[in-house]
Amino acid sequence: MIRIIDYKAGNAPSVLRAVSRLGFHAAFAREAGALDGASHILLPGVGSAKATMDSLREMSMLAALEDAVLRKKTLFFGICVGMQILFDHSEEDGADGLGWLKGRVVRFDGGAVRVPQMGWNKVTLSQSPANPALEDYFYFVNSYYVLPENPSDVWGTAEYNGRFAAAVRRENIFAAQFHAEKSGEAGLALLNGFLRQGRGFEPC
Amino acid sequence: MLTKRLIACFDIVDGMVTKAVRFQDNITVAPAEEMAGRLYDAQIDELIFYDITASAEKRRIDIETVKKVARRVFIPFTVGGGIKTLDDMYEALKAGAEKISVDSMAVRNPEIIYQGAKAFGSQCVVLSTQVKRTEGMPSEYEVYIDGARTATGMDAMEWIKRGQALGAGEICLNSIDNDGTLTGYDIALMKLAQETVTVPLIASGGAGAPEHLSELFTVTEAQAAIISSMLYSPRPERNYTVRELKAYLLRNGIAARPPREEGGAWDAHQ
Repeated sequence: MIRIIDYKAGNAPSVLRAVSRLGFHAAFAREAGALDGASHILLPGVGSAKATMDSLREMSMLAALEDAVLRKKTLFFGICVGMQILFDHSEEDGADGLGWLKGRVVRFDGGAVRVPQMGWNKVTLSQSPANPALEDYFYFVNSYYVLPENPSDVWGTAEYNGRFAAAVRRENIFAAQFHAEKSGEAGLALLNGFLRQGRGFEPC
Repeated sequence: MLTKRLIACFDIVDGMVTKAVRFQDNITVAPAEEMAGRLYDAQIDELIFYDITASAEKRRIDIETVKKVARRVFIPFTVGGGIKTLDDMYEALKAGAEKISVDSMAVRNPEIIYQGAKAFGSQCVVLSTQVKRTEGMPSEYEVYIDGARTATGMDAMEWIKRGQALGAGEICLNSIDNDGTLTGYDIALMKLAQETVTVPLIASGGAGAPEHLSELFTVTEAQAAIISSMLYSPRPERNYTVRELKAYLLRNGIAARPPREEGGAWDAHQ
């Protein structure tokens, strides 16, 4: 079962609509038990890293999520703030993240570019089990971006006052700063590539 | 790099798209979800739907239409009109809207901008405002409300500055003077606005030809433009497709999300 973590303030319904449009069955996860036996876990996010971490904590979801993703190696896709919280720390409200990936989250320089970054940006993605190497346009809404310590965790980059990590990946963990669920056919294709993994017909 | 956005913006009456010229004479065009789907397929970057009936009739926002549109398009879309409370915002976001546009209601109750931004994030709150050149105003632009019928006495630049401070994540400025004229965007207005606020700006009102877009995007910092009047004007011979407009921008060295080739190998889900 594909599970989409729903913590109310997030954009879980949009992610569910995109996944359904691709022909997959998925359901929301609103409590820890719902992650049991999940084939794929998606963590959408809007708002702040702190609010997202607080919500996951209130739902007692943290331990179950770590168990599923870090120990059982369940395929995981984080979106926007759902990517930022994978790192150690965010400058926004001084929030600590999950620390699954090494690095921190910092704010775009408002003196140099308009903040938030809002709109379609060109992303260069390296090849992964979910996609061929490609360049395509994806929709971003973010004031903060990640600085991964480990270059091998970077899956894709884009340009906004310099190059930044637009997507990261390690083993079963995939995450994008952009909203794949709102990035038209490019976003749907990427989600499709992620969801097709583990089903015996990986496209790449 | 970040591309300039082309946005189609429509008024909805009873689930049907209409195009208002100078806020009068609504002409029915198509069911909202059908128009949304057509524009999605044509590679529009973003959609804005105003539920004008909801406002005029003091009804709440037409959630069913929002849901129908959300099932058909996978790009950001904004809804406005008929939103008065945080609950209304939450309902619209849950139904599939990305952003909420507040206009007259925010003038009456500016606190809603702060509340919405705090509850859902600044990126969800678009401050839309109708402005008209008015001598005697500090910026020479005045805010109008209620379908551009009522002058407020408020200075437009002071209002958008306040809107940003309250938490609006984006500002859409519609020039009442230029709206429906097809003579181009109000460049002076956008230049004033870019000096006044730091959040992304959407220009609205006056587009009639592709050159108006290149002018806007070369001489101002506007990141997005409302182009509805170029897509569906009452004179079809003057209309353009989204593809034509994107191609024009790209030819002129302006960053735009290029029209997608159909049936590419990467579109595995098709």
